[in-house]
Amino acid sequence: MIDWLLEPYSFAFMQRALLALVLVSVVGGVVGAFVVHKGLAFSGDALAHSTLAGVAVAFASGGNVSLGALVAAVATALGIGWTRERARVSYDTAIGITFVAMFAFGILLISRRTAYTPDLLSFVFGNILGVSASDLVGASVLAAALLVFVAATYREQLLVAYDPAMASAASVATRLFQYALLVMIAVAVVVALKAIGIVLVNAMLIIPAATASLLVRRLPTVMLAAVGFAMLASVIGLEVSFHADVAASAAIVLTAAAIFLGTLGVVSWTRRSARVASA
Amino acid sequence: MARDALTAPSGHVPAREPLAPQHPHAAYALEVRGLTAGYDGAPPAIEGITFRVPVGELMGLIGPNGAGKSTLFKSIMGLLHPTAGEALAFGRPVREARAEIAYMPQIEEVDWAFPVSVFDVVVMGRYRGFRPFGRWTAADREAAMAAIERVGLVPFAKRHAGALSGGQRRRVLMARSIARGARLLLLDEPFAGLDAGVQHDLLEVLDGLAHEGRSVLIATHDLSCVASSCDEAVCLNRRIIAAGPTAEVLTERVLAETFQRHLLAIPSVGDLIRVATDEHVPAEGRDEP
Repeated sequence: MIDWLLEPYSFAFMQRALLALVLVSVVGGVVGAFVVHKGLAFSGDALAHSTLAGVAVAFASGGNVSLGALVAAVATALGIGWTRERARVSYDTAIGITFVAMFAFGILLISRRTAYTPDLLSFVFGNILGVSASDLVGASVLAAALLVFVAATYREQLLVAYDPAMASAASVATRLFQYALLVMIAVAVVVALKAIGIVLVNAMLIIPAATASLLVRRLPTVMLAAVGFAMLASVIGLEVSFHADVAASAAIVLTAAAIFLGTLGVVSWTRRSARVASA
Repeated sequence: MARDALTAPSGHVPAREPLAPQHPHAAYALEVRGLTAGYDGAPPAIEGITFRVPVGELMGLIGPNGAGKSTLFKSIMGLLHPTAGEALAFGRPVREARAEIAYMPQIEEVDWAFPVSVFDVVVMGRYRGFRPFGRWTAADREAAMAAIERVGLVPFAKRHAGALSGGQRRRVLMARSIARGARLLLLDEPFAGLDAGVQHDLLEVLDGLAHEGRSVLIATHDLSCVASSCDEAVCLNRRIIAAGPTAEVLTERVLAETFQRHLLAIPSVGDLIRVATDEHVPAEGRDEP
């Protein structure tokens, strides 16, 4: 049994895949805690889709694809904040306008090419087994920068997320940190992009943090538990993918969703039992 | 001003030693001068607001819903940009004196679903500015626990703040304002939905703060707590209707003008005056366990 479980990791590409997923889990859990509790799920999806523009530009110009995705996601994050402030439209409207424009621009560029290349498709659907050593280095640098930023500004992020009025009254640069949160989501998306793909990346922000929130009620514990759930889903999903020969990112996301449903079931059942017992 | 005060608030003894002013403005915790503010495309919500909060006093800011009490607080704190006028705290512009001011918004403005404990919320009051990798110190934690104790929420300190009732949430935010250790507290509707006993206890807490030389401005539409506990009162309905010592301000004429309707004054048990208005407390906020 142990051998069967460890078998996939005799391959270097599987080791790299696991390392990539550890990075995705850590970043997704930490940022996901904010995403879930600030109702920014749509932002995560939008920023993921917007990276298509950057990916397409990088492909067309022969530039670095991850860098292209990062620039596109950060630009979209700032664009969402800016559109909302200037146009005085609701958050989801600002997101809807900005990301659709970016995504359409990506499609436009791609349509100029004669065929979809497998490389381009790997960003859309994820290619965990194709993660290279340089991809890992890039993702590690981004993940480290993100974690240092969160640790350095944790109190400010918490104040702004919980009570922006009080935060401003206590001279926190509230607007700056509201933008910073969008940029953090953008960075998390890019860290996960190559491994999970544009279409499914948002799941790694939402599902583990949502699962954690069923069980714990303080931001640091939500973050920790979310990282744990994300890693669990990654390891199980990767095993399933290897042995059943199915797409890894889909297997991981489905595992995460199954863990969420299972946890929800257990939590509902214990609460109901508690109510019945106290009645 | 008409001198037909309904009753002088007795029972409350304003026995505070006046603080020695080191500065011409130091006698005033807050000076609001000609403040006008509002929201885009609408007439100003408040206009030409001028009044002063003396150091070491409890002052009630009275007005019906929609009178501009919250708008006034927000423009004092610089959360809304006033179109005219200014606010000085301890003789300095408010933005330079933020460490000296605690602001308690209405509970509806806070994201109660966010995963924070009561303690987490209260200790936020200790925030003193950005330090990279800043953490709460032992002194911050002690101040937060002391404030939680003052508002009577010790058994709830580790609970998820969102699991508390409306009245308890108000006490959490009040504890956060107290924990700040500020010399000026601006409290927006701190008593709505609290039962009389809790309200009385919290007024005693605020009275204690005033005795320590702190100044408290309480926005409320509850006249009885102002009449019984505040040294001074300001009546607001887009403009200042009257300001001054509570007994002089709370006259039938001023209140009728403030609330824009005829008020019925009911002398009741003790020296408390009760004034019936159409104001109602949202049912959501009154579920004190």
